[in-house]
Amino acid sequence: MAHGQTPSQTVGPYFAYGLTPEQYGYAYGSVFGPVLARPHAHGAHIRIIGQVLDGEGTPIDDALVEILHADAAGRYVTSAAQAEADGFAGFGRCGTGASAHREFVFDTVKPGAADGEAPHVDVIVTMRGLLSHAFTRLYFPDEAQANARDPLLQAVPAARRDTLVARRLDLPGGVVYRFDIHMQGARETVFLDL
Amino acid sequence: MSTPTRLDPRDWSSHSPYVHPPYRSTVLRGPTKPLVPVPAALAVRGAPVYGHDRIAPIDHDLTRNAVRNGAPLGERIIVTGRVLDEGGRPVPHTLVEIWQANAAGRYIHKVDQHDAPIDPNFLGAGRCLTDADGRYRFLTVKPGAYPWGNHPNAWRPNHIHFSLFGQWFASRLVTQMYFPGDPLLALDPIFQGTPAGARDRLVSRLDLDVTEAGFALGYVFDIVLRGARSTPMEA
Repeated sequence: MAHGQTPSQTVGPYFAYGLTPEQYGYAYGSVFGPVLARPHAHGAHIRIIGQVLDGEGTPIDDALVEILHADAAGRYVTSAAQAEADGFAGFGRCGTGASAHREFVFDTVKPGAADGEAPHVDVIVTMRGLLSHAFTRLYFPDEAQANARDPLLQAVPAARRDTLVARRLDLPGGVVYRFDIHMQGARETVFLDL
Repeated sequence: MSTPTRLDPRDWSSHSPYVHPPYRSTVLRGPTKPLVPVPAALAVRGAPVYGHDRIAPIDHDLTRNAVRNGAPLGERIIVTGRVLDEGGRPVPHTLVEIWQANAAGRYIHKVDQHDAPIDPNFLGAGRCLTDADGRYRFLTVKPGAYPWGNHPNAWRPNHIHFSLFGQWFASRLVTQMYFPGDPLLALDPIFQGTPAGARDRLVSRLDLDVTEAGFALGYVFDIVLRGARSTPMEA
């Protein structure tokens, strides 16, 4: 290779006014936010909630979580015009320091299956104390058949597979998928060499 | 005929390990189990899209994008460079987001309680798109050093945070740009966490060709993202 990769460095504790300013109440516009789907977006509207926990099980209040997934029909968003027309951004960004429970909260639609994979959400997590970001994936517990055929999920050691499967909660306000990310410990989330 | 189907892998000889004990907060936060490989065919997903109207023309100028009653204090600098992939190809029209401390070493972030003055005319955040040659350019003030709690008398070297995606979801990069000749670099566990052979890629260089005479010194910081490898299509 002609050029070596620029090394990763930690996002640090003070990213919010640069990367998630609107969510944290800074007077600067956000390019990306925690709402991926507007009301007219096609599909089942869902909420994804979770905490990022350190090796002692303490929820982290300065993590940055980013998600990317297909729309309800299994199509990825490839242009801003498509995102605008469909009311679905395809990507969201949320910090864990703006909620009392140190949670990330995304409002989106449930993705459809694409490319022979089970419906899933690609996740990037980064924070102070992480010198390189980590990739992981959220799968849906109500897609057991598709999950059983998913090439990536099946490549994960069986005993660790459930760290990638969210919990479904049917609440009065709608369907919530709970996906806690454990950075370390017995339930350490599977992170991907992506 | 060829199609890019494989992204060059993350080069772990260029990136820090997840757990680097001299940087204390990595000890409870860095993953400890082996990463699970992703089947190659699944590894190429496009970067997020966004309306280019979200990036205002003034967003690249941190000396003007948050002024209330005057110019921010500090030494004006120009920070510019190219975003390239590993093959040296420019990454055009891609988003570059930055944030930094003010000239006194204070972040506007509510959590930062360092006893140094906030500058009412400086937010410290900016963004722009690279041009057709992959070039970006910011105007800002040189950030100050500041103390942090990692170890007794720990001070971060002057730095600017960068966030990019490039063309692909997996070419995501979050990094920090440093300044040449900073004596704090040798003492900084975050900078030193990077393998020795790759550290100098994080240090910008002073370049009189990008300086504006009589106005601001210029620093060049080129950024190299993972590239896609073309593989021949099967007949």
